[in-house]
Amino acid sequence: MTRRLESGCETGVRVSRRAVLQGTGALILAFASGRRPTAQEAAGDRARRGLLQRPGSLARQPYLDGWIRIDADGEVTAFTGKAELGQGIKTALLQVTADELAVPLERLKLVTADTARTPNEGYTAGSHSMQDSGTALRNAAAQVRELLVAEAARRLDIAPERLTANNGVVTAEDGRRVSYGELVSDTLLHVQAQPTSRLNRPDRYRFIDRPQARVDIPAKVTGASAYVQDMRLPGMLHARVVRPPSYGAQLTGVDTGDIERMPGVVRVVRDGNFLAVVAQREFLAIKAMRALATRAQWQETASLPQVQELTQALLALPAQDYTLLDRQDPTLNLTSWHEATFTRPYVAHASVGPSCAIAQFQEGSLTVWTHTQGVYPDREAISELLGMPSEKIRCIHVEGSGCYGHNGADDAAADAALIASHVPAHPIRLQWMREQECAWEPFGPAMIARARASLDSRGRIAAWEYGVWSNTHATRPGPAGNLLAGQECARAFRSPAPRPLPQPEGGGDRNAIPLYVIPRAKVVHHFIPSMPLRVSALRSLGGYMNVFSIESFMDELAQVSRSDAVEFRLRHLEDPRAREVINTAAQRFGWARRTPGGRGKGCGFGFARYKNLAAYCAVALEVDIEAGSGKVRVGRVVAAVDTGQVVNPDGVRNQIEGGILQSLSWTLFESVSFDTRRILSVDWSKYPIMRFSAVPASVEVHLIDRPGEEFLGCGEASQGPAAAAVANALAEATGTRLRDLPLRPQSA
Amino acid sequence: MELRVNGVSHRVDADPDTPLLYVLREDLQLNAAKFGCGLGQCGACTVVIDGTAAYSCITPIAALEGKQITTLEGLGSTDRPGPLQRAFIEEQAAQCGYCIAGMIMRAHALLLKSAHPTDAQIRTQLEPNLCRCGTHMRILRAVRRAAESRSANPREPK
Repeated sequence: MTRRLESGCETGVRVSRRAVLQGTGALILAFASGRRPTAQEAAGDRARRGLLQRPGSLARQPYLDGWIRIDADGEVTAFTGKAELGQGIKTALLQVTADELAVPLERLKLVTADTARTPNEGYTAGSHSMQDSGTALRNAAAQVRELLVAEAARRLDIAPERLTANNGVVTAEDGRRVSYGELVSDTLLHVQAQPTSRLNRPDRYRFIDRPQARVDIPAKVTGASAYVQDMRLPGMLHARVVRPPSYGAQLTGVDTGDIERMPGVVRVVRDGNFLAVVAQREFLAIKAMRALATRAQWQETASLPQVQELTQALLALPAQDYTLLDRQDPTLNLTSWHEATFTRPYVAHASVGPSCAIAQFQEGSLTVWTHTQGVYPDREAISELLGMPSEKIRCIHVEGSGCYGHNGADDAAADAALIASHVPAHPIRLQWMREQECAWEPFGPAMIARARASLDSRGRIAAWEYGVWSNTHATRPGPAGNLLAGQECARAFRSPAPRPLPQPEGGGDRNAIPLYVIPRAKVVHHFIPSMPLRVSALRSLGGYMNVFSIESFMDELAQVSRSDAVEFRLRHLEDPRAREVINTAAQRFGWARRTPGGRGKGCGFGFARYKNLAAYCAVALEVDIEAGSGKVRVGRVVAAVDTGQVVNPDGVRNQIEGGILQSLSWTLFESVSFDTRRILSVDWSKYPIMRFSAVPASVEVHLIDRPGEEFLGCGEASQGPAAAAVANALAEATGTRLRDLPLRPQSA
Repeated sequence: MELRVNGVSHRVDADPDTPLLYVLREDLQLNAAKFGCGLGQCGACTVVIDGTAAYSCITPIAALEGKQITTLEGLGSTDRPGPLQRAFIEEQAAQCGYCIAGMIMRAHALLLKSAHPTDAQIRTQLEPNLCRCGTHMRILRAVRRAAESRSANPREPK
């Protein structure tokens, strides 16, 4: 299939040839009337009104050749600052690039997060990759295609509208052809992107919105090299760290002599409280680490709260209050209030593979292979840690085990880098042990939410008050003080004072503002700076807890007003996309026809728009509680999602399914345990997660088609709705509302 | 000592107490079996030894002389994936994929013993293996698909 690039009468869009040729002036767009503008057209409208901003990450890295390179032999390489975390981003980015550039997907190469090669796109986090990098690459590809067509027009002396671009070749109506490789020159693509692009029309997509087999899967299912754990570099040595037994423990003594004399042990590295061993073979490094641990003497302090009194301990800490919403309505006559308090424990990322990194210090330069979410911020942190200029450090992303937020990846990279600085020349491969991952990763913070509402006589919510108490959800490096190695080494970098992440995305207050329309509403974020346990970003941040709490409370209010849970939600929603997602999930589940709950069986519903600005997701599910044991069996699960323009439908389904199952695991099973000194949940027996016996009977994901709309980001969208749905189903099944996570019906 | 892995004998120079996992990864340069816990709790290191799924992270090589060890690499390659691997690709049954080698090997052990496993048998068989991304539904579908494709193609190598 070929596509006409210039067809003003068809698309309703005209482009000034001169503007394209110069690559400087804004593209002048005019639109056919009589229909709702697409996201692209809206951007064009903003551009005309002078509100020019380049789309996605092009705002940060405007040069087109920073994103797309075409070699003389026609080879095309795309560059992204985002990293593959198992979410399938590589494939989706290839799809948008191939589509807009009019090249076959299999001929495209993609280079991901690497400080020496790719744009700086910060962290791969917050379901931002399609919005940031997908939007940037899509627009860059479209603009590169236009530049190539314009160049072909110049060379062939023909109007660009008489040319088509397809399969990496520009073809004229008279049959003359010139390939991208022939057209490209050193300077052609070294131009800044325009604020708007002539994007492909949805009815002409060839890769976007079509299921595309993920490019990373074949290697992963056949044992080819796929992970940083699989890298074997010449001269590579194996390292292990001896972590302190508890937060803040001081190393008062260690006799390393006989360890260093073990055959195959290269050396012991000690730098303040940082202790590690380097050996020629991996299992020897582990044995030496175990032996070294027995020789280390630590002074510990009992600094942790009693886990049984965690809620009281957190509420007793000083909090900074931020009012997020304060909508008044003095005409209201409020009679009675309904209240509820919800709690969540600390939750671990708990990747199946412990964190790993390889670092090599050679001739004053350091290379770090890492599964960090942010190669550029990680480079800054390592630069500060080692006192090295960041230009001398290269961080290259290589996949690791699943990420789900700020886990041990950056710490492992810093560990490897610090060890490598003591053992130059050799690549140092450092992997954490299971107990280190479980004890030292930054957890998703424990949280408390209090909701209060008053209903009017018609069964509508008249007033709503909601407060959420939380630590920060962002202690990422950046600063070396946010790295374990930074805190443990002799220079003892201090962590910067924690700050709340700003709205509208928020941190602990993410999704704290309900999407529901309520006349009087007040929402307060009680930000707790002091962190008894090490915490940071876990998939969806506060969104999971706030949606769990709000959506649980919505069901409680629906019950008070004797309304159906779905109808009660719709009664308070104006956003048509929110309503469609809810209606779709309810219809596909058969909500209206479901069997009434009770006697251990129940159905539940949950909905949210992630961050109130990303993908919409609704989940309906059924549960069956085993009599006696209280074991929860989740039966059928149905989800509906609106993530704007879908790029890889199967990729979205995989993310939503995975989010639902992970959320069910958090919600039903997970809680970090500790005594007043140490983290106790240091392996899978003490930190159980979902196993196959608890996996739902089925999970269906229905995607709502939004051709031409902006990418919304779906990677975290199902965490909150799934948790609320299971909470609501359990309440229906048992008649008892559980508000403390994890939900354990037998304890009711 | 001598280890027989994927039908090939290897002379291995490692301490007899070394768990098989490290020998596979370091000496034989096989990537598939993964370190997950070192405790036999997660199954990321699963291989098949004489037809039975085993945790390579807690199996010392001293116990393996004369045994037939199969790793994921023994089932096929990226260019020529075996039936189970093909089924995992067709079902797109991976997210991060770190657990998948262990999942496939445990499923392989089931299919060696039972050509027509029930859904309940597949779930029970995979119970020891953890997946954190929540790819379980796809993993179950992939194993089912592989079992069915074998029944449909009885001459396919097992």
